[in-house]
Amino acid sequence: MIKLIAWRIGFAGCVLLLWFGLAISAPWLPLQPTEIHLSAILQPPSWQSILGYDDLGRLLLDRLIMGATTSFFVAIAVIVVSLSLGTFIGLVSAWLGGWVDLIVVRIIDIFLAFPGLLLAIALAGLLGPGIENVVIALSVVGWVGFARLARAQTLSLKRREHVLAAQAMGASSGRILLRHVLPLLTTPLLIEATFGIASIVIAEAGLSFLGLGVQPPAASWGSMIRDGTSYLLVAPHMVLAPGLALLLVVLAVNMLGDQLRDRLDVRQV
Amino acid sequence: MFTFLLSRLLSVLIVLFGVSTLVFLLIHIVPGDPIQAMLGENATATDQTALRIALGLDQPLWQQWGHYLTNMLQGHLGYSLYSKEPVLDLLLNRIPATALLAGAGLAVAVALAIPLGSLAAVRRDTVWDYGAMTFAMLGVSIPNFLMGPLLILCFSLWLGWLPVSGSDSATALILPAITLGTALAAILSRMVRSTLLDVLHEDYIRTAYAKGLNPRQVIWRHALRNAALPIITILGLQLGTLLAGAVITEMVFSWPGLGQLTIEAIKRRDYPVVQGCVLLISFTYVVVNAGTDLVYAWLDPRVHYHD
Repeated sequence: MIKLIAWRIGFAGCVLLLWFGLAISAPWLPLQPTEIHLSAILQPPSWQSILGYDDLGRLLLDRLIMGATTSFFVAIAVIVVSLSLGTFIGLVSAWLGGWVDLIVVRIIDIFLAFPGLLLAIALAGLLGPGIENVVIALSVVGWVGFARLARAQTLSLKRREHVLAAQAMGASSGRILLRHVLPLLTTPLLIEATFGIASIVIAEAGLSFLGLGVQPPAASWGSMIRDGTSYLLVAPHMVLAPGLALLLVVLAVNMLGDQLRDRLDVRQV
Repeated sequence: MFTFLLSRLLSVLIVLFGVSTLVFLLIHIVPGDPIQAMLGENATATDQTALRIALGLDQPLWQQWGHYLTNMLQGHLGYSLYSKEPVLDLLLNRIPATALLAGAGLAVAVALAIPLGSLAAVRRDTVWDYGAMTFAMLGVSIPNFLMGPLLILCFSLWLGWLPVSGSDSATALILPAITLGTALAAILSRMVRSTLLDVLHEDYIRTAYAKGLNPRQVIWRHALRNAALPIITILGLQLGTLLAGAVITEMVFSWPGLGQLTIEAIKRRDYPVVQGCVLLISFTYVVVNAGTDLVYAWLDPRVHYHD
């Protein structure tokens, strides 16, 4: 059992480091993701080209790395925006209570009434394609989960003795929230954020698969899979390579989330 | 119970009202002028004005909102800008296909998850458990738009057993249903496992074993029945994910349902149809969730609601 867990953490760590490393270093790598080799169209993987070529004769490995950059930066941007926005709204709403809280709860309910991905699809579709609009659409959907979590946790922390003590000593609301409440929220929020990254990576690829995300010639694993589906029989590597990359990253992030949840022993309120 | 029903109904109505408002606002977040986006660059000013008046976009926002809500209550969802048909008819045409797909996906999920989850719980910490949970981990991590092409590659192109796409034959349903059901099966089998593990410690399970029932009967009759509540809740909550997943699955398999209509409408900038699709799918989700709550209360007499 211990061995299995160690193996899983090792696997997840390697995949995530590779993802992170490639995404960060892509601008300095000698990549030719848009270079067209007409004589190599749909060529399968070989010793000269590790992952082969796509339907336009572009190097699949180079496009795969560009796709890693896309998914990585979209994931980070969406997490940063929705985590900070959601936490802020949840904290303040629970702390203030009263009608502010009532309204926030209603808004959260309404957003939760949409299947998340559907709202993202509609938003991204209406805003038009492009990486910024993907980030906007996914953030609009993403903040809700964090707000709900932060609100629920703050509600229970609000009556804890250390918070009451701080209040009795005359600390301001802002100071209490920042110093006495927020630190206790980090663990559950961190775990939620980890699983959030997995769903954002899938959602970004999903939007690009539908043609609503990153536009050509920029690369996304989702649009690479879509391009590949037309050539499934003759060039399965066009789907398998980005598909496997996507699966490995999502799997690694989910495994990491599971481990964090088990180890940090979050007491759900 | 009556007050509980009433309060649930009220909050469902408030949420539906909010959802419709948000869907109404969707069209107004489009950058620039929606009329220009709909008609394209070459439209004449007369055409633009005509469409603006036809859609009521020349009125103040709050008036448009009022019209939108009253029309919606009367079942008028506007007309498609592309085919000029009423949006409601377009939606009604597509509902059977999506309902069939979602139902089949749900069936696949339940049929996979209950045996897998039970096996994992009963044989806890054995190879069976690890195997089932590895499947669950993979199932949550593999997106529909990858699962679909992989299944097509295997079963349609290499083995030639099943059709690649379409909805002409009964066999055409198999691959989309598996694609859609896998993720839910994975989540559900984890849930079945953990609730069964809780239940298996109960006294009545020990009693059932003690009076000599065979293990299969104990699991089916005594354990799973008591684990049914959380499983039903999860099914209700996951329906939204299932419906959103159906959008992508329908695109992969050219399945003529609501999802395909949504994406086509988005690409054609056919805003009334996009609004109609989003509205219908979200309404379904809200109503099913509220229904789940009621089923919950009905199944478990211990659940009391004081609102």
